[in-house]
Amino acid sequence: MTANMTAERPAEPAQPTRAAPGRAERRSNPVLGGLSHAALVLWAITVIAPILWTFLASFKTNTQIFTDPLSLPTSIKFDSWGRAWEKANIGQYLWNSVLVVVCSTAGTMLLGSMAAYVLARFRFRGNRLIYTLFVSGMVFPVFLALVPLFFVVRNLGLLDTHLGLILVYIAYSLPFTVFFLSAFFRSLPVSIAEAAMIDGASHTRTFFQIMVPMAKPGLISITIFNVIGQWNQYLLPIVLLSGSVPDKWVLTQGIANISTNAGYQADWPGLFAALSMTIIPALLVYLAFQRQIQAGLTSGAIK
Amino acid sequence: MPRGGARFVIGFLALPVILYLVFVIGPYFQAFYLAFTDWKGFSKPPQWVGFKNFEDLFHNDAFKAAVGHHLLLLLSLPAVTLVIALFFAFLLNMGAGTRGVKGSRFYQAVFFFPQVLAVAVIGVLFQAVYRPDKGGVLNGILDIFGIAPVGWLTQPGLALWALIAVLIWQQVGFYVVLFAAGMSSIPKEVIEAAELDGCTRMGMFFRVTLPLLWDTVQVAWVYLGILAFDGFAIVSTLSVDQGGPDGSTTVLPLEIWRTFRFSKYGVASAMGVALFVLSLLFAVLTLRVTRRERIEYA
Repeated sequence: MTANMTAERPAEPAQPTRAAPGRAERRSNPVLGGLSHAALVLWAITVIAPILWTFLASFKTNTQIFTDPLSLPTSIKFDSWGRAWEKANIGQYLWNSVLVVVCSTAGTMLLGSMAAYVLARFRFRGNRLIYTLFVSGMVFPVFLALVPLFFVVRNLGLLDTHLGLILVYIAYSLPFTVFFLSAFFRSLPVSIAEAAMIDGASHTRTFFQIMVPMAKPGLISITIFNVIGQWNQYLLPIVLLSGSVPDKWVLTQGIANISTNAGYQADWPGLFAALSMTIIPALLVYLAFQRQIQAGLTSGAIK
Repeated sequence: MPRGGARFVIGFLALPVILYLVFVIGPYFQAFYLAFTDWKGFSKPPQWVGFKNFEDLFHNDAFKAAVGHHLLLLLSLPAVTLVIALFFAFLLNMGAGTRGVKGSRFYQAVFFFPQVLAVAVIGVLFQAVYRPDKGGVLNGILDIFGIAPVGWLTQPGLALWALIAVLIWQQVGFYVVLFAAGMSSIPKEVIEAAELDGCTRMGMFFRVTLPLLWDTVQVAWVYLGILAFDGFAIVSTLSVDQGGPDGSTTVLPLEIWRTFRFSKYGVASAMGVALFVLSLLFAVLTLRVTRRERIEYA
């Protein structure tokens, strides 16, 4: 797996400025260079080892896992994977997570970009107030809202429903999305939108056909940010999707639940298979969009 | 504003603003109100009790322990994560501007990966790493060197550190990527000038790289500090008995969750307000203490 990654990205044409041989290279000390490489390799192993171990453990038996934790599996059998998929409902959880995150991210991006655009480009009374209201949401911990949020969702009859979870995800993703995108819309040139308006395009059309395509880099970054944030959410699902609707659970709460059950049923390979099934999609998406994901997640800290 | 603007503005803002008021702003306001009531559920309307909930918190051992744990997290998590991340970012860039270490992109890719995993998943993953007998990954390694198994999560003095280590494990990559990007944007002339003046590598880091990166480091500090006031997912999925052994790893979000489950809504809200005040205090203090003059590359 790791070998593939290096093979796929051998040359980095994106960093030609750094490749120029400088004085530092001539002065560099081979012992120091070796030590720094050792430190980097050590951390890489620390990161990979637990994940790789989980993956391998899913092919072992209970006894193999815990009597000889550092051994390799004797044979590759997928029966623990089958058990995790069917009995532990990983398939169901995975589907629920996909459904919820697709809907909530789409909703977040649509509503967030609409609000951000209007707040960034139009002058009207209350603009400043609404913008401040949105941005101030970044300061408050979700745990502060926990009790009232539960009752708001319950009073709307949305407790234990995916719709409720989706709406709450959208609402709590809006502060950062609006903050980031309004800064982005503000940085785009005004002239093109004005030209479109003069040619008779409506505001709505100008937004969807001119401004959204122009804001694509910003929209992609923030979409990735929201997808990962919502996919990994743990608190909101366990508050809003209770124990009485296990068929609606998302992946994070499903995994947490399986881990408590694995102890009783003594099906550790099943647990590790379930974990692997959770990690592999994330790994594949990460390998495919590594640069965009890094840019998207760090965009919050650079602003 | 151009023709038809008002209708457009309202049309575009209505839905997001309503959603936001109902699910975010409304609950936050209600939380501040509920914190001053004895509300325990639908059977009885909330009764105003003034500061009683907050006074009770001072006699609540779990609450006090949780606040102590946040202070410990606040002192260790940002500092350790930033030192490791700055160290690796510097190694990868070799002082910025000049040639980076071979495979720099590969290391960044590997280090960053835990960031895309859910903390709840990581918590379950590390249960196997930290198993108290020889069947655990860590204890299996120790066994090779003939060291007796360690109860990483079962010893009260050790458990919180074991959890903090997992958070550091997850966070370092993010900041390596962030700092490496910052370092590679430091102009090459600055580095070359420092080298001509005979600057050593250590000198380069402390006198050139760090000052030029200060803004990013400050933001990173605030981010990690805010994280130090959470810890819910890792403690509830990885620690023994959720916050144990014997309350030695509990955190405020977990206590809020627990109080909420016991239907003590007033007390849970008061804890929420306390959490908010603590994290706000941290953010304001940090921004004040770390303020320095901004350095711009002309």
